[in-house]
Amino acid sequence: MNFQDFVFYFFATVLITSALGVVTSRNPVYSALLLVLSFVTCAGLWLLLEAEFLAITLVLVYVGAVMVLFLFVVMMLDINLDRMREGFWKWFPFGALLALVLVAEIAMVLSSGPFSLEAMPSPPAQAADYSNTKELGRLIYTEYVYAFELAAVILLVAMVAAIALTLRHRTDKVSLDPGKQVMVRREDRLRIVKMASEKKE
Amino acid sequence: MVSLSHYLILGAILFAIGVVGVFLNRKNVIIILMAIELMLLAVNMNFVAFSHYLQDTAGQIFVFFILTVAAAEAAIGLAILVVLFRNMKTINVDDINELKG
Repeated sequence: MNFQDFVFYFFATVLITSALGVVTSRNPVYSALLLVLSFVTCAGLWLLLEAEFLAITLVLVYVGAVMVLFLFVVMMLDINLDRMREGFWKWFPFGALLALVLVAEIAMVLSSGPFSLEAMPSPPAQAADYSNTKELGRLIYTEYVYAFELAAVILLVAMVAAIALTLRHRTDKVSLDPGKQVMVRREDRLRIVKMASEKKE
Repeated sequence: MVSLSHYLILGAILFAIGVVGVFLNRKNVIIILMAIELMLLAVNMNFVAFSHYLQDTAGQIFVFFILTVAAAEAAIGLAILVVLFRNMKTINVDDINELKG
């Protein structure tokens, strides 16, 4: 067992354990933190597969942005945990059986034949001056530039949708409107009255 | 040596955990969203593994786009969740039956 095998099995064990924790944990905060652990572990496995750019992107985008968003929402919502867990253990045996059958079937198909080490040997390591980021950038800006622009539009749509969904105009807040302040004229505030002077009796 | 099928089976296990997560936590929308993220991660793992063993960078481009779409989905999903909680004071799936479908 060489070092690469050891790294793979160690990371795979951590990944599966933390993924199980995500779906079985009582507290959603623990679930979110365990999901962070599984993303970081997965990034380690991708480094082993020489996908350096995507590994760093996974940590930056997922752990840095999406999971922080999840944690914000989990902590913002006040949820009744006991009602949420109703029926969890009742359905657990069936769910576990379903997962085992699913994994066993896929493993039976995959472990024999075209995906073994003999049929598809591990490629030689890339040269020291090979840059995964450069290669991905070259592909994105030439062959996949149309899809890339579509992805940008999707992100814009997501941003506009998220803001439009959560925006609300509060009526109970006290604030000043600078436009009205600037537009005010003397006649609105000041009234001059003419009256005869009073005499002291 | 680690072969391609090792990575594919790891992806299959992750995907199964995601499916079962949706199944077991069917009352809690937040955990369901997290289970969907797990399933997407499993798919990305398969793409990266194939990309490495076939020496074809196109698989990594696909992972890039899946990451983009997943981030957008998470943002909109959580926004819907926040609006739902603000209006109904619950995120229990059983209580969300306004449409009576």
